[in-house]
Amino acid sequence: MTKWLSISDVKEIIAATSAEEVTASYLELIEKSSINGYTCTSDGALDTAKMVDKGEVAGPLAGVPIAIKDNISTKGLATTCSSKILEGYVPPYDAHVIERLKAAGAVIIGKTNMDEFAMGTSTESSCYGVTLNPWDHERVPGGSSGGSAAVVAAGESPISLGSDTGGSVRCPAAFCGVVGLKPTYGAVSRYGLISYANSLEQIGPMATCVEDIAAVMDVIGGYDARDSTSIDNKIDYQAALVDDVKGLKIGVPDEYFGEGVDSSTEKAVWDAIAKYEEMGASWGKVSMPNTKYALAAYYTIAMSEASSNLARFDGTRYGPRSEGENWHVMASRTRAENFGKEVQRRILLGTYALSAGYQDKYYLKALQVRTLVKQDFEKAFANFDVLMAPTMPLPAFKIGEKVEDPLSQYLTDVNTVPMNLAGVPCISVPCGSSDGLPVGLQIIGNHFDEATLIRAAYSFEKNTDHHKARPGEVA
Amino acid sequence: MVYENPDGVRIGLEVHVQLNKLNTKLFCGCSTDYHDSEPNTHVCPVCLGLPGALPVINEKAVEYAMKIGLALGCDIVEQTQFHRKNYYYPDLPKGFQTTQYDFPIAGEGKVVIEGEDGERDIGITRAHMEEDPGRLQHMGSIDKSKGTLINYNRSGMTLIEIVSEPDMRSPKEARRYLDKLRSILDYLDVFNGDLEGAMRVDANVSVFMGERVEVKNISSFKGAERALLYEIMRQKNQIRRGGEITLETRHFDEARGVTLSMRTKETENDYRYFPEPDLMPMRVADRVPAVAATLPELPDAKRNRFLEEYDMTDMHAKALTSDQDIADFYEAVAQNENIDSKDAAVWVADIFKGEWNYRDLAIHGRTNDPVTPPYSWVKLSGANRKDPTITSSIGSDDLIYIIGSVNNGEISDNSGIEVIRIILDEGGSANEVIDAKGLRKVEDDIVATAVSETIAENEAAVQDYLGGAEKSLNFLVGQVMKKTKGRADARQARELLVAALKS
Amino acid sequence: MITKDEVEHVGWLCRIEINDAEAEEYAVKLSSVLDYFGQLDEVDTEGVEPTYHVADIMNVFREDVVTPSLDQKDVLTNTAEEKDGYIKAPRII
Repeated sequence: MTKWLSISDVKEIIAATSAEEVTASYLELIEKSSINGYTCTSDGALDTAKMVDKGEVAGPLAGVPIAIKDNISTKGLATTCSSKILEGYVPPYDAHVIERLKAAGAVIIGKTNMDEFAMGTSTESSCYGVTLNPWDHERVPGGSSGGSAAVVAAGESPISLGSDTGGSVRCPAAFCGVVGLKPTYGAVSRYGLISYANSLEQIGPMATCVEDIAAVMDVIGGYDARDSTSIDNKIDYQAALVDDVKGLKIGVPDEYFGEGVDSSTEKAVWDAIAKYEEMGASWGKVSMPNTKYALAAYYTIAMSEASSNLARFDGTRYGPRSEGENWHVMASRTRAENFGKEVQRRILLGTYALSAGYQDKYYLKALQVRTLVKQDFEKAFANFDVLMAPTMPLPAFKIGEKVEDPLSQYLTDVNTVPMNLAGVPCISVPCGSSDGLPVGLQIIGNHFDEATLIRAAYSFEKNTDHHKARPGEVA
Repeated sequence: MVYENPDGVRIGLEVHVQLNKLNTKLFCGCSTDYHDSEPNTHVCPVCLGLPGALPVINEKAVEYAMKIGLALGCDIVEQTQFHRKNYYYPDLPKGFQTTQYDFPIAGEGKVVIEGEDGERDIGITRAHMEEDPGRLQHMGSIDKSKGTLINYNRSGMTLIEIVSEPDMRSPKEARRYLDKLRSILDYLDVFNGDLEGAMRVDANVSVFMGERVEVKNISSFKGAERALLYEIMRQKNQIRRGGEITLETRHFDEARGVTLSMRTKETENDYRYFPEPDLMPMRVADRVPAVAATLPELPDAKRNRFLEEYDMTDMHAKALTSDQDIADFYEAVAQNENIDSKDAAVWVADIFKGEWNYRDLAIHGRTNDPVTPPYSWVKLSGANRKDPTITSSIGSDDLIYIIGSVNNGEISDNSGIEVIRIILDEGGSANEVIDAKGLRKVEDDIVATAVSETIAENEAAVQDYLGGAEKSLNFLVGQVMKKTKGRADARQARELLVAALKS
Repeated sequence: MITKDEVEHVGWLCRIEINDAEAEEYAVKLSSVLDYFGQLDEVDTEGVEPTYHVADIMNVFREDVVTPSLDQKDVLTNTAEEKDGYIKAPRII
């Protein structure tokens, strides 16, 4: 079996052999892997595959393996957010997306490594250690869904799910040279996704091609009554797989090409825009003046929400428990000893930003700035169908390079956080390389206009070869 | 008479009402019917706070909250939302309580009570919705326990917190306020107040316009009165000794009847309220008319109507309207064409209610029996729940029959009361009981026989009477009554005796 | 920006035990982030409504219909200590 299969490749092989064989060979690949992309594999994977072979399970993803980020609850399969504080935690229920995937016949093959509680851009804060970038083992895979991107890039799963709070799907997709979508806020149920910053995040798929992204979205997208922020907005993702961008109006926001953007990255993105023009699209510049404040607003909101979302990890109902003379001391010690440093920093900062006397200065102000950022997008989409920009200002950085200085790592999210503030959908697709490392083109759409996003990304893929580049054989 | 309030007592109450008549909890589909269940059997990922679980608001809970707000005369807010109140406690599975903050569903209102010096308005500051925490059981006393046992069955139950102004001037007024609140809530049929933890009270108390002290952990109305009496005494003593009252939270120790200071690092808080990102805002103003239409006639309105429609005293009107089932029962009796409404009031409010109170029974609600007409049955059960197996039922038809029988002289007043007692204790219908116990007045000839026998057997007394000793007649009447085992009418016995002796 | 004492207070509020040395280190690192957040002060937000939710929807409710609860064993399986069906925790104070 060859590596780097698409969903249709997998289906072909299943037809020729069996789902069991496909799953077994992926498990073997994972077993031999040197990139540390998985936190665990599923004991039930082979059973599901066998059921597919017997015809007991059918559906659009029958027998197709999928890797799941470790912050998405899987019944009977450890779900730890790559944190010591959830060591041994096995959810008694499935996330909505997992229920949907299972019903579609997909094989949950394993859980993938991530920055602890999705807080990071490098997967270095995982309690399981960093995942290596398949393109260069000295570099990070991006984050926080680093494992999900790396295993797809390394061919250890055809598709995966990540989650994107401020770029956590798009950043690793860009760093690992795969496709990653962050859907519109409300397009995919968050039920079962362990919250980091719940007003910002969405679950999103990662794959080697846009077609597979659409296929997964058709399974996981749509309304779920258990998520009050879920929106009943039927989108036919696969119907949007059309190779045609004639008349597409592309906005290019200056603010996303600011200082600090690597020149090869910038060139790759401009080449992509030129390609679109060649394919019949037009482009124009657009100004999004509040972009420069988006990062500070994003981190303030995310940390504030996180400080509350992560309060439940107190050693009482699940996870390890430290000793203490009373419950409060036990909880304080459990949290100090089992949350990693970055998580602790964000909880402390978030608590501070919400505390009496500071809430208006930080939290409320950030939410007002969020409104301004959202308005920037509304204005831009009044004139353009999509926006394009580099996903990341730089290619994958070296492991350890930004560990000691949290702020320097936060700054790499500058191009990905505004979309989470505004709730708009965006996709990162491979568009070239910088020093042998993949570069991601970010395409941003209006609320619930994933169809246009997918059409634009699909057309690019059909007319270029960037997505075919694999680690060790850069195009 | 004006109540002077010599100690300058000001009491405000925060009452937590658990809407246990909803089928499900506030944010998840777990059943509310957990009271007799094993611990941790009525929980799901949402109310257990498992990572990744999300809340969804129970629409009926919102409707009930609005109903309560409207019944307390509160303004219902245009738009509201839930907030997170962040603090750490083992009964709080998410590390925050989902509650309402700057826009409570119901704003200012009032409750009218019988105060120390007549009717008095107690202001309602607000009423808001929130989720109940789980239940903690301390292994030993709270400060020296070996551990805490946690049961999350209660976690996520809908609470309405009703906050009053500090308008009460004595523990008695506080008690009256609680009784009135309970009465209104019972009318709304949104909760069963007999269930454990259905109404919980925190009190704010100050004396001589000093700092207020919050007393928590009061679990019954009786407890509220005791806690307040103790706390007022404590504050007065403190001041008398030259001490100062400081703003603090105290814990009511029900067993010892005292309040204890809770000032520890663990109770210091900064709740960091912010809007719950997982829940959308609620626009409720346009729902007010529909909810208002479901409101029943409330106690004060019913009392006024009773005074207008029926012939009764204000005391009776109050007694009959404090409970909707009693009121309905009364009306079913009084509306019978053969019954005088004043008679009915005496029988229901004084006699029937007295027997019911004596047995420590509580009205348990209307039966759903489709055979009996609405409001004609009242089920009673052990009010203190020490013996929940006690249940009796009595119908309005029974009482109509009893009153009718007394009025037409078939049975005596005492027998009427006896019939009620027997029905409550042993069951049966009024007709059956009267027959079975032979309570119908005996025939005149039996009385006549008793009169002749009495005269024959008590010659001395007869002679005394004929000699002018009127008192002897009473003795003879007593003898007749004895022979008829009390079933004869005393006046009739006297008349027959006098007639026989004169002849 | 944030003092060592404030770090300790905030640590208690969010129940993270912090020793002296850690408090000093946090004070430095957190201050630099707060400094960065301080750039929000530059933005004129006079009269701007805060965005709590990006979706403009309201009144998301469910019906009052019972759904199954978890089995008691699933509730207790992840806790460090249980006793007679209860989750056991250290005493409160």
